[in-house]
Amino acid sequence: MKNLIKEFTKGIIKENPTFVLVLGLCPTLAVSVSVANGIGMGIAATFVLLGSSLIVSLVRDFIPDKIRIPCYIVIIATFVTIAELCMKAYSPALDRSLGIYVPLIVVNCIVLGRAEAFACKNNLASAFWDGLGMGVGFTLALILISAIREFLGSGQILGHTLLKGFEPVFVFGMPSGALLVIGLLLGFFNLLKNRKI
Amino acid sequence: MNLQEFLTIFISAVFIYNVILSRFLGLCSFIAISKETKPALAMSSAVMFVIVMSSVITWFVYRFLLLPFGLTYLRTISFILVIATFVQFVEMVIKKVSPHLYRAFGIYLPLITVNCAVLGVAVLNIDMFFVNGKQVAGSFYYSVFQGVCVGLGYTLAMLLMSGIRERLELCNVPKALKDFPLAFIIASVLSLSFMGFSGFKF
Repeated sequence: MKNLIKEFTKGIIKENPTFVLVLGLCPTLAVSVSVANGIGMGIAATFVLLGSSLIVSLVRDFIPDKIRIPCYIVIIATFVTIAELCMKAYSPALDRSLGIYVPLIVVNCIVLGRAEAFACKNNLASAFWDGLGMGVGFTLALILISAIREFLGSGQILGHTLLKGFEPVFVFGMPSGALLVIGLLLGFFNLLKNRKI
Repeated sequence: MNLQEFLTIFISAVFIYNVILSRFLGLCSFIAISKETKPALAMSSAVMFVIVMSSVITWFVYRFLLLPFGLTYLRTISFILVIATFVQFVEMVIKKVSPHLYRAFGIYLPLITVNCAVLGVAVLNIDMFFVNGKQVAGSFYYSVFQGVCVGLGYTLAMLLMSGIRERLELCNVPKALKDFPLAFIIASVLSLSFMGFSGFKF
């Protein structure tokens, strides 16, 4: 049990996919304009991660080594299609604002990375907790980045104005603001890491 | 199909909506391989080739397989399979025909399968040039041309970035900002300068 909890928590801090492993940045940056988008993307990615980790862990003994990557990609693409159709059906507004980045979860390095590095070597329970932990870590990172960007870029968080009289810095809502925020955040986490040692 | 349409696609794909700096597609390879100019160029040419070819193939798959049989919901899964197979096939052909070129592309070719730019352009083409399940006039030419332009935009961003990073090797940067964080901050400034192009409205 203790091991499983460790598998879960490592994805959130010690091996956070965004800030420590620096994986899957394309959707992170493109989607983080508002917190609502960030949460939606995080949930979709978590669902895909969880589903694909489970299936890959289940079939890991049957897949020949040579064609494992195409097999993983098909499994992942199946879950992405499920997520895409559900999002189109239940939340069309979110689907429109995420646009092409929903189908692009297929090529998100985090998902394939976990399948290749973890799920294909471990049993079902660890794969489940690992997938969930990574998904939660990714979602938290998305929320952090999008909260910073939405607050500085439009003065609001989830549509609520926080500070009266705050003049929004529009550049943070633009692509270059996203790159700046992630660059500075990565630098900040590096600083924290170096301090500890 | 007219010339102005092509010009619009060119300007918007290369400058205004540059794949890397404004759409964030293919960012991983952009950050990882832009340390020196030479590998950056090799990667860009490989990516450009794959993007153009996959735009052609995915257009045919969508137009003649998915649309007539009402299978459009299989778009993501079929596109990624086609792209992965194609990249594998190209790798085998290049290995057999030109070992020299194979060495030059090296590890970059298999990496391209998971480059978001390739799948991104394929999906984008379908979104832009098929309206309500029907192709717009000349959509095939537009798709291929958009593939070429996105490849050019990728090459441009790669060249600029690797040039800047080569010079930064000699500079004294704060320890916490070395490598990744600094690369993102440079990309941010580059992207800021590319925002100037959005003044071009057609």
